[in-house]
Formats: sequence, C-alpha cells, structure tokens
Amino acid sequence: MTDITKGAIAPPRSFLSQDAVQLFYRLLAAFLICAVLAVLSDSFLSLGNILNVLRQASLTFFIASGLTLVVLTAGLDLSVGANVALSACLAGTVIHKTGSPALGILTGLACGGIVGLLNGVMVTALRIPSFIATYGMLWVLNGLTYWYMAGETLHGFPAGFRQIGSGYLFGLPIPIYLLLVFLGIGTFFAQRTVWGQEIYAIGANPVAARLSGIPVARRLLLVYAVSGTMAGLASIIFLSRLNSAEADIGESLTLPAIAAVLIGGTSLFGGVGTVFGTFIGALILTLVLNGMNLLAVSANWQPLVTGVIVILAVWLDMKTRRRAQ
Amino acid sequence: MSDALPIEVTSPTPLLELRGISKEFPGVKALDDVSFAVYPSEVHMLLGENGAGKSSLMKVLCGAYRADAGEFYHKGEKVAISSTADAQKLGIAVIFQEFSLVPYLDIAQNIFLGREPKGRIPGTIDRRRILADARRVLDTIGFDIDPSTTVDKLGVAQQQMVEIAKAISQNARILVMDEPTAALSDRETELLFALIARLKADGVSIVYISHRMAEVFALGDRITVLRDGRRIDGVRPADVTPDQLVRMMVGRNVDMTYPRHFADKPGEVLLEVKGLSAPSGISDINIEVRRGEIVGLCGLVGSGRSEVARAIFGADPVTSGEIIFDGKSISGEPDLAARRGIALIPESRKSEGLALLRSVSDNLVVSALKKLFPSGLFDQRSAQRTADGLIRQLRIATPSARQTVGLLSGGNQQKVVIGKWLAAGSNLFIFDEPTRGIDIGAKSEIFALIDRLVAEGAAALMISSEQVEICHVCDRAYVMREGRIAGHLTRNELTEENIVRLGMHHA
Repeated sequence: MTDITKGAIAPPRSFLSQDAVQLFYRLLAAFLICAVLAVLSDSFLSLGNILNVLRQASLTFFIASGLTLVVLTAGLDLSVGANVALSACLAGTVIHKTGSPALGILTGLACGGIVGLLNGVMVTALRIPSFIATYGMLWVLNGLTYWYMAGETLHGFPAGFRQIGSGYLFGLPIPIYLLLVFLGIGTFFAQRTVWGQEIYAIGANPVAARLSGIPVARRLLLVYAVSGTMAGLASIIFLSRLNSAEADIGESLTLPAIAAVLIGGTSLFGGVGTVFGTFIGALILTLVLNGMNLLAVSANWQPLVTGVIVILAVWLDMKTRRRAQ
Repeated sequence: MSDALPIEVTSPTPLLELRGISKEFPGVKALDDVSFAVYPSEVHMLLGENGAGKSSLMKVLCGAYRADAGEFYHKGEKVAISSTADAQKLGIAVIFQEFSLVPYLDIAQNIFLGREPKGRIPGTIDRRRILADARRVLDTIGFDIDPSTTVDKLGVAQQQMVEIAKAISQNARILVMDEPTAALSDRETELLFALIARLKADGVSIVYISHRMAEVFALGDRITVLRDGRRIDGVRPADVTPDQLVRMMVGRNVDMTYPRHFADKPGEVLLEVKGLSAPSGISDINIEVRRGEIVGLCGLVGSGRSEVARAIFGADPVTSGEIIFDGKSISGEPDLAARRGIALIPESRKSEGLALLRSVSDNLVVSALKKLFPSGLFDQRSAQRTADGLIRQLRIATPSARQTVGLLSGGNQQKVVIGKWLAAGSNLFIFDEPTRGIDIGAKSEIFALIDRLVAEGAAALMISSEQVEICHVCDRAYVMREGRIAGHLTRNELTEENIVRLGMHHA
C-alpha cells in the first residue's frame, strides 16, 4: 500500500517485526559475550566447556519455557522452583519404592502438572492475581516437601535413569537434545497454533480477548498447567543429573528462570515475547556465569551481575518499544 | 452580538494568544503554523476531525508538549509556556476526557491535592478548613454535594464537576475542555452548559473541543477549525451553517444524512430476549431483532443499555429470563456467543475492543481463529491475506496489515473492531456507541457498512446516545429507563422528541 493516510503515523521503516528485531539484538549480545570470553579465556572455546554451557542453560530453559507462556499472558508463576523440588522428591520416592524409572518420571510430570493446574484454578476461578496465588503456592509446596522429606536425602538411582541428565548420545549430552526438542515444541506452540495466538491476545488485552470470543479462563488453565508440567520435567532432569533429591533443591531455581524470561525479551505486561528469546536469555545468563567462573571472578558477584543484566535488558526493550510507537 | 463588527474590535487584547505554533512528531506534523487567540469571557470552540491537531494544540496550551516553533502572548505580553507549571501560572487549566482524580480520596482532598491546608501538627491536614474551602469552591460552581464524599462513589458528570472545581480553586482563567459532554446524559449536559454560562459571566474563558454540531452552535462565541494540523478558519457561529463547518473540517462535502436502505419486509426473528434480568441492574428486558433490521437501543447513559448488550453476549451473568438466538435458547460465556454468530462491538474500543499493541492483522483475525484455522495450526501468511481482504473491503486506512493498531485513527480502529466480526462470520451485530469519538467522514462510512451488513441478511442492535443517528438509521428502537424497557418506537414514531420523552426520569 502506498498511501499513508492521515491519522496513521508512519511505521518504523523495517521489514522485520518487533519480535525479530529484539531477537536479533539478543543473538548479537550472546555472540559478543562469546567473542569477549573467547579472547579472555583459552578454555572457553573448548568443546567440553561449550557443551557444559548448553547443558546448564538447558536446565534453566526447561523451567523458563513454561514460565514464558505464563508471562505472555501477563501472569507470573513464582512456584516453579518449589514445584521442581516437590516433583523431584515424589518422583525419587516412587523410583526407590517401585524400581521403575518410567513410573517415577510419570509421577514427576503429573505432580508438576497438577500443581500448575491448581495455580490456574486459583487465577481463573478464584480470580486471585497470579503473583499472589503462585507466591502462596510456593510456601505451600515448600511446606509439603519439607514435611514429606523430614530432612532426608534420596540418592542412588538406576543407571538407566541417570542417563537422562548425565548421559551422552553421539557425543552430545542428552539434556541438549531435550533442549532442542522443547525449544522446537515451545516455539511451534506459541507461533504456529491457534492456542498460541490466543495466549498472545490474552496477554495484550484480557478484556478485549474475552469480548473477542476467546475462552480466556480455559487458555489460562492450559498455560499454568504447561508451566507446572515443564517444572515437573525439569525435576526429572535434576533428579537424574544430581542423582539425589532434597527438599531445598528448588530454592535457587525460580529467580534465574524469571531472569531468563526477562532477559529474553518477554514483557511482564504480557503479549510480547518469544520462547526462542527465553532460550537466548537462558544462554546469556549461563554464558556470563560461565565466563565469570573461567575468569576466576568470585561467585559472590554473580547475583549482582545477573540483576544488572536483567535491568539493562528490560530497559533497552522498553526504549526500543517506545521508539516503535 | 453585532455580526457586522469584526471579531477583534469587541475585545482588543486577547487573554492568551498563540502565534505560529508548530509541533512535529516522527512521521507527522501535528501542528503546522497554527495561530489561536482566546479572548476574556468567551467560549471558543475548537473543531476538527480526529488527527486534525486539537489534542496537540491543547497539550501545547497546557504545557504538556513543548512547541517546536511559535510564540505565546498573555494579555499582549510575550510569555513562555514550556511546562505545565508555566501554564498553571497563566491560569490555564485542562479538563481531559480521562479525569485525573484519586478515586479513594474525598472531593475536598481531590480539589486541594498537593495544596492541602496544613494542620497544627506537622504533616497533618487541617480537616475542617479543607472541607470549608472545598464547600466554598463547590458553591461558586453551584455544585451541591458533601465535599467529604469519596470520588469513587461519584458518577462521570459529578467527577467532571470536581475537576472543574479543582481548576477554579487554582484561579483558572482559561478552562480547556476536551469533549466534556461525551459521557454525559442530556440532563447532565444541560447542567454543564449552565455552569459554562456562569463561568463565562465570571470572566473565565473556555476552550471547548467538540464533535457535536448542536453544541458548537448552542455554546460557541467563536469557532476555530483545524484540519491536518493547520488552522483552516476562525468564524462566528452566526456566520456559518453546520454544512459549511463540516466542509471546513473534512475539506470536502459529506452527506450528513446517513445512507440507509430500509427493507420492505423484515426477515425472520434472529434474536429474542424474554424477561431478561441481571445483577448489573437490568430487569424484565424484552427485545426482538429480525434479520435485515437495525434496531436502536436508546435511553440515558446509565439506563442499562450496555448492560443489556453485555448480558446478551454472555459477558455479564444473568439471573432470570431467556435469550433465544436463531431459534435456540442460549447461555454461557462470550466465546460461546461468538461461536454462535453474535458479535459485540463494545463501547470503549481501546480498552475492550482492541489489543492496541498488536498489529491490525492480529486484531482482525482474533475472533476468527477457529474458523480460519480449523486444524488448530496457525499460519501468519494466511492470516495476513484475510486481513488484507478486510482492509480493502472496509477501506481501513493503514500503511499495512502489520501496522500497530493503536496508531490508527479512531474511525479506522472502529473499522478493525467491526472487521474482526466480519471475519468471524457473525450475523447479529451488537453495536455499543459505534460512532463515539469518530469523525464525521468515518461515521457515514460505518453506517453505510452496517446498512450493507443487514441488507445481506444480518441483524443489528445499536446503542447510541446520538438520537439523530438512531432516527436516521434504525428501523425501530427500544428506549430504556432505569434498567427497564420504557417503550418501543416504530419507524414512524422514531423522533428525537419521542426518544427523550420515553427516556426521561419522571421526577
């Protein structure tokens, strides 16, 4: 169309969508970090280190991918870490009791999914703001896990089960394959399905979405259930990788997952963001921590650096978005 | 008023004068060499289509925008308005359409927000004085209400009065009002007009932005018309006709009588509402809408019109009664109503009709996703094709389907809201104030569109506060009063007088 009509402000002269532009900048940032680390540290570019970074990133990504969908609807799931802990402990117990990894995996996924569904019910049926509902759920899950475990540690799982987290296939760690699979599924779901589109619409304006005929409550239930199930999946990989489960393993997981989502460009106000962005976010987060380790920077600095990156990424997003308007 | 004299002679020095104001944003020239003068004790109407520069001029006037070029004169002396504080010092106050009141504070606290009289203990407010001061201000504008009432309990008209009281308490000499009657009932509008006359008599000047012709002629002492960021003309109401003003605003001739092809015989009944009551405040609603008809739903703002629309669409819960659509009794959430073929074009298109940050394409297909992609797999290119078709069909003025919908003008945004239901293949269209805040050119296009829809066998239920529109466009109309249907008017009975008579509260 050639006629720019009055009232309509000319769009940014770009053939790329806003999402594509933001992803491009993120990839660029990840690449620059890699370049700097490659110069500063000899061991950074070694195959072992790169695989290690990817495996680390994959653990954050599993939790963060489901969380991305929640954040896309302008919600938040603060219970993911606690969900991982409970799911891992239950799954571990089932494996110990029955000797069947398959039953254990099923238990972990089911526990995660049910917790997510409960979050969804609180948000939709009871209309509790997601931030508060999942914050309460965090405490409830922690309470259940500590009571159930009573200070015990589960460890020693069948070798086959341990392959999931620590095994290799054609020279690559198995979590990396899982990462690629779920990155593909997540991206496909968000971009190429009707449900995905509806999730974006809900995040952009929930009132308009409802009045446009989108079954908002059902989609939100789905989104929270997916987030919970992904936490369940992460619990299995943790369990298998650590070969042990304790009540407190989830405590350090939630905040990095949220950081990955935010660094990845998903807006806490909903409607904007991609699952692929979250993967880049998890990667950037892991790269920086890995770099600090390689350069022998004290681990005490890591939280500070993470915080600065989150603030920087969100600030830059807001700036570019405001310019686009 | 003597028409023979040139305007300037009646009052030689303007209270405030703007000369050669320009303001540019990336991609648009919002104001282009605009000059504008406000004389003491006058109501100065500011006219123009959406996007003509009225809001920008208003924001320059109150210091919210800094002009790129131009000069300001206050009582003949050159001044600078580069901040809202500057404007306030010159006695300029703006009543925006969206009020800036704090809902949980009372009227007195809102009027004196940030300027509260200090109490004896540091950090406290002298409660007795603030109430007395507030009462004095409210008295000067003739608003009889307890100043300790919290603002969230007030209606729109009352909140507007509080805004005006706040401005007056700051010694405002120039009051800028942006479409102040947009959300007011006829009775409330009368009260506002009386207040404006009173303020004028006290020497206050009013800059009044309006889309309503009747107001322009009822209130205005002078009229300035803007178009595409330029000042087109300054005239007196006595010297122009409404048609001439419209021509100045749009730069071409617009047919003010809306096109409508009335069918000889209405089709089958599509919607039947029987004894519908809802907690939202409507009771015993009986309505029938046939294919090929546009049925009006009139009444005062707050008489329950929107509540009826929302109840039919499933957006609000219902306590009793029956909704029969296409022969079947229906109930349930909006997604069910939408799937059956009911469309709601809500009153507030920005907050309820559109996802403003998403693209035109995203918004156009959002209600048709299931229909366009029955497999559940979404395809961006095919969505864009559907959107392009609708953009052509509805003549939506947008550079492309990928444009952010929030950047379109009001009329084009409204077309997008209607378009999403065309894509969904709806056959009952419920319009809630479809022309609010839309310029005249776009209005007749929207009515032509509704006419075409019903001619093709759809049906429309149309809520509007513009009685002229109802009378021109509707086959017949229901009039609501206090949550009930007060009466029904056939095509022959459909006059503004009859609508007002049925809709009025009987004291």
